[in-house]
Amino acid sequence: MLELEFMRLALAAGAIVGVLAPAVGFFLVQRRQSLIGDGIGHVAFAGVAAGILLDVSPVLTALVAAVLGGVAIEALRSRGGTAGDQALALVFYTGIAAGVVLVSSAGALDVGLFQYLFGSILTVTRGDLLLIAILGAIGLATIGLLYRALAGAIVDEEGARVAGVPIERLNVTVAVLAAVTVALSMRVVGILLVAALMVLPVIAAGRVAWSMRSTLLLSMAIGLGSALAGLTISYYADLPPGGTIVLVAAGSFAVLAAARPLRAPA
Amino acid sequence: MHVIPAVALEHVDFGYAPGRRVLEDVSLEVREGEFVAIAGPNGGGKTTLVRIVLGLERPASGTALLYGEPAHRFSRRRTLGYLAQRAELGGDAPATVREVVAAGRLACAGLVGPLRRRDRELVAEAIARVGLEEVADAPLRTLSGGMQQRAFIAKALAGEPSVLVLDEPTTGVDVESQESLAALLDRLHSELGVTILYVSHEFGAVERFVQRLVLVRRGIVFDGPPRELPHVWHDPSHAHA
Repeated sequence: MLELEFMRLALAAGAIVGVLAPAVGFFLVQRRQSLIGDGIGHVAFAGVAAGILLDVSPVLTALVAAVLGGVAIEALRSRGGTAGDQALALVFYTGIAAGVVLVSSAGALDVGLFQYLFGSILTVTRGDLLLIAILGAIGLATIGLLYRALAGAIVDEEGARVAGVPIERLNVTVAVLAAVTVALSMRVVGILLVAALMVLPVIAAGRVAWSMRSTLLLSMAIGLGSALAGLTISYYADLPPGGTIVLVAAGSFAVLAAARPLRAPA
Repeated sequence: MHVIPAVALEHVDFGYAPGRRVLEDVSLEVREGEFVAIAGPNGGGKTTLVRIVLGLERPASGTALLYGEPAHRFSRRRTLGYLAQRAELGGDAPATVREVVAAGRLACAGLVGPLRRRDRELVAEAIARVGLEEVADAPLRTLSGGMQQRAFIAKALAGEPSVLVLDEPTTGVDVESQESLAALLDRLHSELGVTILYVSHEFGAVERFVQRLVLVRRGIVFDGPPRELPHVWHDPSHAHA
């Protein structure tokens, strides 16, 4: 398998996304915004359609649309007086409707579109991998630097706000990180399954973790393992890679849910 | 010489909807270092009052000052400690006591990078002050309600506040824990000289420790030492109080 360059590129892209997606998803799950990745994914679909229509890189237009969608959800939630699920629904349905209209205008309801909807990790090029690596590194570095602030805001948002912590800026940072992750993960698991890779490893890790930090690290390990195992299984069993990766992540939840909680190392 | 009070509300009116006043003509002054209980019936405006004090809400009319500055634009917010009503973990992760308390250093230690050694020492001190050293690395959710409240108080203390506002800290906590929480606050007040606003619809546990009791029912209906409280008002949660 490793002698094939497309598999090496796929495994490398899968590894980066497998680590990044749960790392960002950790903050969404803890803020009870597990479905925000789905909402942003639907806006990214509109971005892909716009890219196809304008003959620009769909990944780039999806990235821009996803960032705008993520920031819009956060703005509606925090300033517009809209409940979190309603803000998500507004952006979610607007995104999918815009995508349908744009795809229809471009006459692009074909295989080219499906690779974004369902993922096409086996067609990742060196150029794609470079983009995924750079943006992935920026995303992980941001989380590394701001982990304490982002985690602290989860613990007690109101208390942090009273003490003058810039909660709005931290929330926007999470929304932008989620948007970047969605745009990067499109090629790996597809828009329809991108949120799953952000959320399932975190939920699985929560079954056995003993602290916030251990939840984050375990979820990244599960995401990485799911991506590599899913790709390997899909190669030998001739299955679609995106769906297989997500099924492995779902399987990890089933296994860990049956396990006893781990204890902190002494 | 006039000393600037820690908290000063002057003729404050507030309502969440037009025509529905939650607070009417409230004036209140709290000196630095005072331990004040704010009591009254549920829905009487206690929480709204402290939210105005903290600058989370702005009065419809009147002024709310913290150390002489408008509360919503207070420049030294990191000196404010707040334990919100029904304080509980914001997320689903199994946060440990130490992780919860460390969040209290956020405003002081900056947002970027790990905590420095001095900050970690202050976190450990705050945990020790509330007597949770033995369970510092245990997930908060595995502890009793009283211990969880202690952890949140330690979080507020970790920021070295000069004003500590606790909104209904004993809700859902057994009587024994209420008593020990009150004793803890009394000790913190005398050792650290922190200004404490203790909001509760039942103030029995802190009655012997506080210097002032303020009863709020849309306006302030009593303000003085607890011993001067008219007997019929001793249960302010009563509808006919």
